[in-house]
Amino acid sequence: MGVKKIVTGVFGEEGFITTKLDSAVGWARKYSLFVYPFVTACCGMEYMSVACSHYDLDRFGAALPRFSPRQADLLLVVGTISHKIAPVLLRVYEQMTEPKWVVAFGTCTCTGGFYDNYATVQGIDTILPVDVYIPGCPPRPETVLDGIMKLQEKIQKSKQEY
Amino acid sequence: MSEILKNIEEKFSEYFRESHSKLGEDTVLIKKEGILDVMVYLKNKENFNVLMDLTCVDYYGEEERFEVVYHLYNLKDKKRLRVKVRVDEENPEVESLCSLWRNANWFEREVWDMFGVRFKNHPNLKRILMYDEFEGHPLRKDYPIRKRQPRVGPLN
Ligand code: SF4
Repeated sequence: MGVKKIVTGVFGEEGFITTKLDSAVGWARKYSLFVYPFVTACCGMEYMSVACSHYDLDRFGAALPRFSPRQADLLLVVGTISHKIAPVLLRVYEQMTEPKWVVAFGTCTCTGGFYDNYATVQGIDTILPVDVYIPGCPPRPETVLDGIMKLQEKIQKSKQEY
Repeated sequence: MSEILKNIEEKFSEYFRESHSKLGEDTVLIKKEGILDVMVYLKNKENFNVLMDLTCVDYYGEEERFEVVYHLYNLKDKKRLRVKVRVDEENPEVESLCSLWRNANWFEREVWDMFGVRFKNHPNLKRILMYDEFEGHPLRKDYPIRKRQPRVGPLN
């Protein structure tokens, strides 16, 4: 945050240097996503195939799963979220440091899917903000890659804080 | 009728209610007071040494509302047996089988969690699938189908 203040102070909010720096930071961020996979159900298989060499998430700079929320900036919520585990998911999200993004992977996380029952959260966006929804039960790896690329686009275009 | 059903009917005539064996499956319905006696006999004398499954059915609207179902397996002779007891809604309670089979512990907790049938002398009868704050028993037929009890976030 401090650096941004100095830069905008000297060059102005919409100045050439400021916007170029924003874009450079966005470029760096979109290709160095550190994923926290919150895998709870069958979609996990599809996550594995995306992450492995066939589809190779590493091409998008998002290969390295971090199993500590402190080191991650992309929360991949993969699989059915029950009411029982919802507080844990929220806790993980809160422990991640800014900037952070959330991807809802699979129909279950988007809407609850066909688990329209007493046990399941009807879409994780009821408990935390979601950036990209990837539909499918489970989504094909191509769909996931498409979702990750959409997220990268979003990161590139958004205003950066640094 | 197979031998095992005959044996049960003879030995436990005061608990026996009905039995049938269809499609090679032996089923016996007994009174709930006799469950422990019959099970001790089946385990020790008839070699039904595995409790494969323990579950429950909600016959909503019938007088004896719940039916607790036990599936036993005889490893030596490779035979199966289904034992059932009926309990009513006012006092849904059966004797626990934890003293006979250790896996009955979690099965009984599940039945308690989902159907609200209590097990007498169970060492630790608390919810196993749902969270402690959950109210009611979700697999009962009169649990509202759209009722939600979220721990965080809004009702949805
Ligand atoms: S969306 Fe389908 S595949 Fe994915 S967790 Fe839900 S049920 Fe399983």
